[in-house]
Amino acid sequence: MKNPYLPYPVRIQEIITETQDRNLKTFKLVFLNPDDEAAFAYMPGQFAELSVAGQGEVPIGIASSPTEKGFLMFTVNRVGRVTTYLHNMKPGEVMGVRGPLGNWYPWDEMKGKNVVIIGGGFAFTTLRSSIVWMLDPAHRKDYGDITVVYGARNPGMLLYKDELVAWEKRDDITMHLTVDATDDPQWKYNVGFVPAVTKEKAPSADNAYAIVCGPPIMIKFTLPVLADLGFPPERIITSLEMRMKCGIGMCGRCNIGTEYVCKDGPVFSMAKLATLPNEY
Amino acid sequence: MLTIFVPKEKLPEMIGRIMDGARVFAPVKEGDGYRFRLLDRPDKADLTYQNTRLSPKELIHPPAEAMFSYSLKKGDPKEGILEEIPKALGKRVVWGIRPCDAKAFQLVDINFITDQYVDPWWQKRRQATVLVGLGCGKPCSTCFCTSVGTGPFDRSALDVLMTELAEGYVLEAVTEAGEALLAEAPEGTPASASVLAEAQAVAEQAEKSLPRLFVPEPLKEKPMTELFQAAFWDEVQFACINCGTCTFLCPTCWCFDIQDEVHQQEGVRLRLWDSCMFPLFTLHGSGHNPRNQKLQRVRQRFMHKFKYYVDKYGNGPACVGCGRCVQYCPVNIDIRRVAGMMTASCVCPT
Repeated sequence: MKNPYLPYPVRIQEIITETQDRNLKTFKLVFLNPDDEAAFAYMPGQFAELSVAGQGEVPIGIASSPTEKGFLMFTVNRVGRVTTYLHNMKPGEVMGVRGPLGNWYPWDEMKGKNVVIIGGGFAFTTLRSSIVWMLDPAHRKDYGDITVVYGARNPGMLLYKDELVAWEKRDDITMHLTVDATDDPQWKYNVGFVPAVTKEKAPSADNAYAIVCGPPIMIKFTLPVLADLGFPPERIITSLEMRMKCGIGMCGRCNIGTEYVCKDGPVFSMAKLATLPNEY
Repeated sequence: MLTIFVPKEKLPEMIGRIMDGARVFAPVKEGDGYRFRLLDRPDKADLTYQNTRLSPKELIHPPAEAMFSYSLKKGDPKEGILEEIPKALGKRVVWGIRPCDAKAFQLVDINFITDQYVDPWWQKRRQATVLVGLGCGKPCSTCFCTSVGTGPFDRSALDVLMTELAEGYVLEAVTEAGEALLAEAPEGTPASASVLAEAQAVAEQAEKSLPRLFVPEPLKEKPMTELFQAAFWDEVQFACINCGTCTFLCPTCWCFDIQDEVHQQEGVRLRLWDSCMFPLFTLHGSGHNPRNQKLQRVRQRFMHKFKYYVDKYGNGPACVGCGRCVQYCPVNIDIRRVAGMMTASCVCPT
């Protein structure tokens, strides 16, 4: 069995500054050993530990989709020691990736269902992975209507802007983009907080699952909206963050009651979370 | 299985012979306490000890494990690539471990050896280690092993169980590895019926001397969120200073941190003991901390041992009753009392 603490060596292929505050950058990584890519078989919703020798590791959701071959993609918010160092690395430099880790959105369970994706801010990363994966011709027929509500503080803070525009133009996905506020005359989408826009667009709960990822305040106010629309807690899915080290359920810090967020999560239904202590 | 009697004066000879084929660790007196150390001489093993201050978990899960090394030298073809550090994980014998501490290894196995992932260092050391236990003829006042499903002469996690008699030791093989250790021991003779009866009496006497302070069975039935919200946590946490002594000494506390350490242009990635008593243990990069308050951290330690572990693995509790945390807590927090509160069932009059 492979040593689960040993990262795969990867090379940084490209670094994209995503947001106008320059605090979010997307890293495209390529495996140094081509065999490692096959070993790193993942599903949308999983995460990995990004490893920088001499700095440490940081758990980050996988933003690329398994249908995109030849690279992995991570969007990293600059927060602490490792992420600050990462932001200052250059294409061509070598780092590590350990994973894939954790569970994923319930893709089998959601087959044949409509999927409503609700995202806020930089939590959109594994949601991007999910959208790309569902829109892939191999998977699109497995899911019904796809509705996306995605919001950020202002237009400059939205991730993956080119893709958002491309998805807007498609007829097999319904996009509701929103910003908290803007004075940009070019902005032709919604203005308002994610919960309010969700309420206004009122995606049907009929035969549908909702995947909700965003800052705690957004989740707090979106959950009652979804309940009013008729989504039962079993069909509201979210992904949690925690301080993590091992990522494999051994180091002991990321538990909520009996569940390790790194291994038993990060994806939980609201029904499951209701059975656990409120400590996250 | 094979049971032999070894006279006291022959024991160093036996340990010395085993040292020829394996690294032998045993309790050694250091200052006013004891600690498991690699023996360089068989007579350094001091089996008159009560127990070591630091639990022998350090033999399997060292406080600092150097996992990987790497070069940070510019232009080095291996710059920034982590490589496993080779370890001497050959045959080892732990001589004189208390049955409770051996039981702790079994409880922690569930965390480190899973269907999905295996911790290579824990597993290899466990596989390479033969445990020769020393039954507790005279348990301490802080011992409560029989309350948590083990006991002073519990064989279940040992390869060999030793019982001390006036003239010598009875060594009983429990596993094949133990049998192999005793099979060709010229220092011993097959244990006679009277010696076996004497050993049996010692064990029974020790077990009788231990009060059963609580029964862990009700833990399974109690709802997790109900215990989590219990009012007694406020009282339990009141005196705690979050020093982490309890988790440091505990044989079943396994939590660890991973950190990089750089010297000049060479670096290592270390796995280091950590503690749920420290706020940094759960601090997010954003500044949010799900266990920011002392109460939350104290509750986590007891809930993990007596509820989360029990529910998650259908095993445990994750406590062996060694009493170290009771003995060394600077503010006298007593896990026996807390476990009593957690397991108490109250039938209210209707």
